[in-house]
Amino acid sequence: MTAGTTNPTAAKPRRSWTKEMERFALLGAWAVLIAVFALAVPDTFLTWRTFSAMFGSQAVLVVLALAILVPLTAGDFDLSAANVLVFTAMLVAVTNVQLGLPIGLSIVLALGIGALIGAINAFFVLFFRIHSLIITLGVGTFLQGLTLWMSQSRTISGISMELVQLVVIQRLVGIPLAFYYGLALALIMWWVLEYTIAGRKLLFVGRGREVARLNGVKVDRVRAMALVTSSTLAAIAGVLYAGMTGSADPNSGSSLLLPAFAAAFLGATTLYPGRFNPLGTLLSVYFLITGITGLTMLGADAYVQSLFYGGALVVAVSLSQLVRGRQPQSFG
Amino acid sequence: MNVEPLSPPGVTTHDADILRMSHIRMKFGPVEVLKDVTLTLRRKEILGLLGANGSGKSTLIKVLAGFNSPEPGSVVRLWGEELPLPLDAGRIRQMGVAFVHQHLALVPSLSVIDNMLISDTSLRPYGINWGKERRRISALMAEFGLTIDPDAMVGSLSPVERAFVAIVRAFAELRRSDAGRGGEGILVLDEPTPFLSVADVDKLFTLLRGIRATGASVIIVTHDIDEVLSLTNRVAVMRDGRLAAMLNTQDTSRQQILDTIVGRAISAYERAAKTAPTQPNVTIKGLSGGRCKGFDATLKKGEILGVTGLIGSGFADVPYLLFGATPGQGQITVGKTQLDAAHLPPAKAHGAGIALLPGDRMGQGGVATLSVTENATFLALPRMRHGLGLSHAMMTRATNALIAAHDVRPANSSADLGNLSGGNQQKVLLGKWLAEEPQLLCLDEPTQGVDYGARQQIFAALDQAAARGMTILIASTDHEQLAQLCDRVIVFRRGVPIQELGGAEVAKEKIARACLGSDLPQNNDVPQDTEVFA
Repeated sequence: MTAGTTNPTAAKPRRSWTKEMERFALLGAWAVLIAVFALAVPDTFLTWRTFSAMFGSQAVLVVLALAILVPLTAGDFDLSAANVLVFTAMLVAVTNVQLGLPIGLSIVLALGIGALIGAINAFFVLFFRIHSLIITLGVGTFLQGLTLWMSQSRTISGISMELVQLVVIQRLVGIPLAFYYGLALALIMWWVLEYTIAGRKLLFVGRGREVARLNGVKVDRVRAMALVTSSTLAAIAGVLYAGMTGSADPNSGSSLLLPAFAAAFLGATTLYPGRFNPLGTLLSVYFLITGITGLTMLGADAYVQSLFYGGALVVAVSLSQLVRGRQPQSFG
Repeated sequence: MNVEPLSPPGVTTHDADILRMSHIRMKFGPVEVLKDVTLTLRRKEILGLLGANGSGKSTLIKVLAGFNSPEPGSVVRLWGEELPLPLDAGRIRQMGVAFVHQHLALVPSLSVIDNMLISDTSLRPYGINWGKERRRISALMAEFGLTIDPDAMVGSLSPVERAFVAIVRAFAELRRSDAGRGGEGILVLDEPTPFLSVADVDKLFTLLRGIRATGASVIIVTHDIDEVLSLTNRVAVMRDGRLAAMLNTQDTSRQQILDTIVGRAISAYERAAKTAPTQPNVTIKGLSGGRCKGFDATLKKGEILGVTGLIGSGFADVPYLLFGATPGQGQITVGKTQLDAAHLPPAKAHGAGIALLPGDRMGQGGVATLSVTENATFLALPRMRHGLGLSHAMMTRATNALIAAHDVRPANSSADLGNLSGGNQQKVLLGKWLAEEPQLLCLDEPTQGVDYGARQQIFAALDQAAARGMTILIASTDHEQLAQLCDRVIVFRRGVPIQELGGAEVAKEKIARACLGSDLPQNNDVPQDTEVFA
């Protein structure tokens, strides 16, 4: 190097303001949304009860969105996650209510079955080399059938109150414990993705399978673990789902799949733009529920939920693409 | 139509010239890659276009195809008409010039008929009549004595049959063109033969002669002098961006063509004298897989070994086989570790101290959408743990050290790797592997798409690594690079090593000659041998 040039180690990357803006745009949008509703319906919206309800009610969606985030990062889709959620919730109800198993054993069983379903997904995807979209769609639909069969298409209620206590009744700072489970999971996943080798391998497998393989990563093992983790986390979401109401409904939970994907993709536009990230996903879920809660209070009908989920996703992702100069997205 | 008697060698105007490209100049940035090239093609002739890598022959073909736009002053005349530059890719095809590229542009999972129809844009107001198309394609194949089932999947065909499909498709395109109605046309083939056996090459040539008999002309770009001698009417030889000679094939010898390709200039570069490596470090026994049919070698500590040959000769598989990246057989000993190539996942090869820097930089080497830091430290992560997990500060420090050591520009560890130039990407990826201090570093075309300055820096880094005792194996068709770096060069032909060059023999010209198969007593036997066994 000649004396005239600067030492590259000393060169600091220039802070780009558009990039910083992009990172925190969703957080800002959330604040604006809260401000707007606070001005519009101050008496109903700006109460602790509203916020506590919003935070507490979305824990199931948070955990489900975090579940599908793991295979998404590794470049695989898990469309079976919502069906795993319903199936395991029903499993808890059937074993606890109808078979009389202690609730603890029911939960352990549900989590074990969740992991097993992930292993089945992984086996078909990796052994037969079939796209994960196809296998998880098939396995999910199969599970839906099993759920209806197992429950005779009826809602089963009367799940042990111990579980309901631990999920919604007990509160910390006025917010149901369920919220803290989702928060804790998001923080753990953030740590794993950013600060462990396993997380880095997951990212490389998602972005470049061949690159990962030629850097000594056992790609199939990583993908299998991602699918097993996803189903296990979906089973945890199922247990929370059963604990929210003390009952299991064989149908309604499967409608959570698309909101979960919406939250994951929306989360990828914020905090770590261009990357699926747990904290961004958490933020997205609460951004979306804030919008829906506020609009409902303003007198909107139930369909506003779908309008807001769909509209916000398309608008936010498009804006984020504009900021990045419309480069092709590369989530893997 | 009469075939004109061939005029004496050299570029002269000729009544039968159907294509004249004159004074073609082409620049990529400041680098002039075509320096006033004039080339003519006659009616009903097969013209061979030869030259070493980087001589400009592909660039010239791309000018004709309309991909490259030449400098003002260049002139292209087709069927006597001067065409505006840059050429319009659609118009040139419409006028009767069809191209077959090396990778054939066929979709393996679709049938022959699907592949044939993809380039056919003629109007079918009543939709496709599949029965009629099938009969038409069979008839066209039969014209050249081919019996390929139009319903067969292209993926299930042999390599030569796939080449036939691509060539017949291009010929059908000629027939539909303006010139084709008069029975003429120009078919341009860009290196169609490297992946074919000798017997298959003969079949391919029979097809090309059949196409010439219909009144069309053919330009064939190739490396293989024997092929040119057996097929062409005239040979154009490119060297360093100029047309070095235009030869009449009949009056030309193999040696004459070879001398023209290589040129008389001798590389002035003198390798720094260093003590010859003596201590064996890596042993390779019976390595095979892909196009490589058997390779044995002993590599010493601190030695840089080059493997080379013509495209498709098998040398390019060696680095991937050694790292377990492509399946193969053979025994590899690194230091005291014994490895079986048949059971060698890349993770195990890495653990045994083998490293691979692949040729496909962004497809296999690094991830374009992740940062320089993430790419550069991926292998070093076990050393980046601190306290509760990975230390991002340590990762940034290590990356900044790599950036300084290899002069990566821009010196920004958080930039996406994909935003760096090819040379800087390569410096990052090389730095990543060098930091692992492997016993054996394998590289495939390490300076492809790398600018001159970065190339010298990569050479220096490899030289230093060898001086520390690392064994390095480079697979490359860049003879100058091999001459500059290597202690020894092994030349492959048809899957096996045929010659080893050492000491003063490691020179650009000698390597080129060995690849093309001259200076070898058994040279003329190679194709014949194969025929005996075939």
